[in-house]
Amino acid sequence: MKILVPIKRVVDYNVKVRVKMDGSGVDLTGVKMSMNPFDEIAVEEAIRLREKGAATEVVVVSVGVAQAADTLRTAMAMGADRAILVQSEESPEPLAVAKILKALVTRESPDLVILGKQAIDDDMNATGQMLAGLLDWPQATFASKIEKTGDGIEVTREVDGGSETLALALPAVVTADLRLNEPRYASLPNIMKAKKKPLETLQAADLGVDMGRRLTVVSVAEPPGRKAGVKVGSAAELVEKLRNEAKVI
Amino acid sequence: MTALVLLDAEGGSILQTSRSAIAAAARLGEIDALVIGSPDTIEAAAADAARIPGLRKVLTAASDAFAHSLAEPLAALIVSLAPSYDHIVAASTAIGKNALPRAAALLDVQIIPDVMEIVDAETFVRPIFAGNAIVTLRSSDAKKVLTIRTTNFDPAPAEGGSAPIESVAAPAHADTSRFVSEAHSESGRPQLETARIIVSGGRGMQSAEGFKILDPLADKLGAAIGASRVAVDSGFVPNDYQVGQTGKIVAPDLYIACGISGAIQHLAGMKDSKVIVAINKDEDAPIFQVADYGIVGDLFTVVPELEKALG
Repeated sequence: MKILVPIKRVVDYNVKVRVKMDGSGVDLTGVKMSMNPFDEIAVEEAIRLREKGAATEVVVVSVGVAQAADTLRTAMAMGADRAILVQSEESPEPLAVAKILKALVTRESPDLVILGKQAIDDDMNATGQMLAGLLDWPQATFASKIEKTGDGIEVTREVDGGSETLALALPAVVTADLRLNEPRYASLPNIMKAKKKPLETLQAADLGVDMGRRLTVVSVAEPPGRKAGVKVGSAAELVEKLRNEAKVI
Repeated sequence: MTALVLLDAEGGSILQTSRSAIAAAARLGEIDALVIGSPDTIEAAAADAARIPGLRKVLTAASDAFAHSLAEPLAALIVSLAPSYDHIVAASTAIGKNALPRAAALLDVQIIPDVMEIVDAETFVRPIFAGNAIVTLRSSDAKKVLTIRTTNFDPAPAEGGSAPIESVAAPAHADTSRFVSEAHSESGRPQLETARIIVSGGRGMQSAEGFKILDPLADKLGAAIGASRVAVDSGFVPNDYQVGQTGKIVAPDLYIACGISGAIQHLAGMKDSKVIVAINKDEDAPIFQVADYGIVGDLFTVVPELEKALG
């Protein structure tokens, strides 16, 4: 079984983003960038499947700016076998990414695509589902467990109020949720080794995909701020305030 | 303009989150509701949907394939109905988030998830960076596919309407996914995403044992229990308790943060709560900058006192 893992380079989850003064977007100048945390979980899962003998090869792919090569190196340091960078502008829309991925799937013929359930920058939560739709493959989103069965996979997924398990025929698309695993850290020797692993660079245009945006940003604003409230002296006073002032209990 | 709104039903009744999606779609024009389910549950759900005021009609699609709202047949159904509609809408629930992007891709439309505000028929407001920025987007797609952040829209009433019910055929689809089993959370507590009150613990809980001090308070309030990333990473509670940018994004009426310092990644997941209470022994903790009410003190004293004070 060959696994394709699409990953995205995003603002590190510990960075507090600032909206640009002119409201045109978020200021990314000099901001620390990392692999999208949910994609890290997807990479880890693919590597574990290979380590268990359920998969033979893990190929990571990123659609984005040239620096996404660093993110792909990180994934290879974790254990992915090789990487493909499809160069495009920063943060293309999920539909365009799904079309690029479809073209790569046609070329690479993986049996399984695992990716994060959403990127923590645009929070779209869409690329996996869109790719599955375009390929007419079955999908299991928000996965907390993946098991290889005879000729397919069983995926436990997080739904409102609990979890459900689906059986999917392969090939399939799975999106990773937080509980799927805890990603490993890349060791120094593995970081060195990753530098020698193959990384192929393509242009989005080479794949014949129209990357045009369907959504135009009208404006980006700070969310309405919260003001610090009051400190209260005792639990009894707090209960009184919650009952009579805030009226939430 | 006409919108198709996919409704979620449970035990024959339409969920409140779906009525919020209807309230949002009401700003777009006429509304047809779509109810799916297995042949033995569909009637009750359709009748419940028909009672929601303001619907032009309720479409029902009954099939065993819809019993568990699998994305593949559901997206195929939506695509088959799409030619009659300008907007396709669902609540941002597990079902909507699973099926609508798939349907959007099949329609060659870029989905717009988690809509907080509808400016006009093609302009929508949604959160990015876990709500740390709010973007207004204009869609150039011929059709718009949206999921609705339900906490931003007061639900449409459950009663008062009498929309006609019309059944539609489910299109054929490849049988490549199959429901195996389901498990409901065992805690007996509400789910984090839909809870009205959340009691949450952080590093200050000190241990898995310490974390249990929140149970009686949560029981008394009928609250869900959440945790910060540090509490999860320290092994106090399982991963699915995590509230934050990489965990669950919540917006309850009341959020009680106990021993949580207020890291950016946690604030991103809960700062849309209506009322925030912070209990922390460090009076300079950043959580107090977003809290409506704060108590500076040892949570191991304050939490039991609070539980008692609730009577």
